[in-house]
Amino acid sequence: MAKRTGIEVSIAIAEAARQANVDVVSAYPITPQTHIVEHLAQLVADGDLDAEYITVESEHTAMSACVGASAAGARVFTSTSSQGLALMNEIVYLASSLRTPVVMALANRSLSGPISIWNDHSDVMNERDTGWISIFANNGQEAYDLTLMAFRIGEDRRVMLPVMINFDGFILTHVIEPMYIFDDEEIADFIPPYEPVCVLDTDNPITMGPVGVPDVYTEAKKQQEIAIRESRPIIEEVFEEFAQRYGRRYEPVETYKADDAEIVLLAQGSVIEAAEVAVDLLREQGRKVGAVELRLWRPFPFDALREVLCGTSIKQVVVLDRCISFGGPIGPVLSEVRSALYLEKDRPMVVGVVAGLGGRDISLEEYVEMFDVGEECLRTGKDSGEETDLVRIVGLRE
Amino acid sequence: MKLKEKPTWKELPFACSVPEPGNSVHYKTGDWKTLKPVVDKTKCIKCGTCWIFCPEYAYEEDEYGYYEPNYEYCKGCGICHRECPAQCIIMEEEVVE
Ligand code: SF4
Ligand code: SF4
Repeated sequence: MAKRTGIEVSIAIAEAARQANVDVVSAYPITPQTHIVEHLAQLVADGDLDAEYITVESEHTAMSACVGASAAGARVFTSTSSQGLALMNEIVYLASSLRTPVVMALANRSLSGPISIWNDHSDVMNERDTGWISIFANNGQEAYDLTLMAFRIGEDRRVMLPVMINFDGFILTHVIEPMYIFDDEEIADFIPPYEPVCVLDTDNPITMGPVGVPDVYTEAKKQQEIAIRESRPIIEEVFEEFAQRYGRRYEPVETYKADDAEIVLLAQGSVIEAAEVAVDLLREQGRKVGAVELRLWRPFPFDALREVLCGTSIKQVVVLDRCISFGGPIGPVLSEVRSALYLEKDRPMVVGVVAGLGGRDISLEEYVEMFDVGEECLRTGKDSGEETDLVRIVGLRE
Repeated sequence: MKLKEKPTWKELPFACSVPEPGNSVHYKTGDWKTLKPVVDKTKCIKCGTCWIFCPEYAYEEDEYGYYEPNYEYCKGCGICHRECPAQCIIMEEEVVE
């Protein structure tokens, strides 16, 4: 096992791409992701990474170059944030429908306006239905490990889908964290060379990305939906192999002190570790609380989530959304969790809160407040209705 | 590999790719047009400009070096009519019997 060393999380993620021996990097610098692509550009310029670094004039082109390079059989990496991802959006859909397993390190940042360079999850939520595998890291070590695993997952011939790894901008990207960074030899055989299923080759010409007339479009979408659904066991296979080899275990849904908890806070990303501190504090006061981390966002881990939440001690779930679904069901995570549990007979009540928008810190007291919201709902038996349909923002100045 | 006319989602090639090169010839776009180009051979100078500009590659050269549009593919866009230096391509109303 490698030594634990202090390293900036962005640099560690770029190192993961180097250790995966990527062939092509195409990206456009955007805060707070910039250090990742800067480091990769440096590695290529210094001859420390034998890859093509394609400089572009925008993220739209960055993603276009990624899809093209992947279609030509290259292992491809990119990284972006916020507006950059929004600008890529059109081609993000193409990467998944053309089944090009591009790996994206997504430093989560809020969307404008007002202009905000700080962290929340509105960028990734905007890409929810693009057909990419989407996984959340809650610290730098996880972001590094998951970036490595993303190549294995996406490029698996049973999967062949692009993968985005989410980690909170600034909160994680700019932190120097003590991390286990693999020696190159240690990780080399975990990521075998990429063998594409379908590749652009002048000797065997094919067309990728043709017009899908009404007679085939529906069938093409069904194929894509099945592909991402069927990636689920392979994601777990890769998590398992990683755990076997390196001792760090990842699960689609993870829990903290949830075994006998009555109220749990469900969230994604770095807030989970802060929520755990609140759980410890409340546990000392004798309150039966816990935390649930929804690590795998797409494909949505329905079964794993139901296993944790249904028919257990948990009576109330408080979902923390880092993004607002304007005029809709509060936030995307709340909406999905509720819908996943809808048909379950023995399910907990689910209420939503929004916090940590555009880089606003969430204090310990505010996490406690979220558990209080859960307790209030449990006491009054309210998990829907006019009052709970309102977007309840914790940490808002009224 | 020849594609089935209406494949099921399982039969559809991976990622909806087209494994048969040049299969766009199976896709007849001729019925899109309302106006069709007609070449007046008495004025044609056999320059091939129509053949170069046609976005559907509809023009074919005959044994005498004249160019004739293949109406199974011609969409009736009128580009050939506009580009012909001898102005010998007339757009006529397409009449379906
Ligand atoms: S009308 Fe357009 S499509 Fe038809 S032959 Fe002329 S250029 Fe080609
Ligand atoms: S462009 Fe006009 S003159 Fe030239 S070959 Fe075609 S029809 Fe004839």
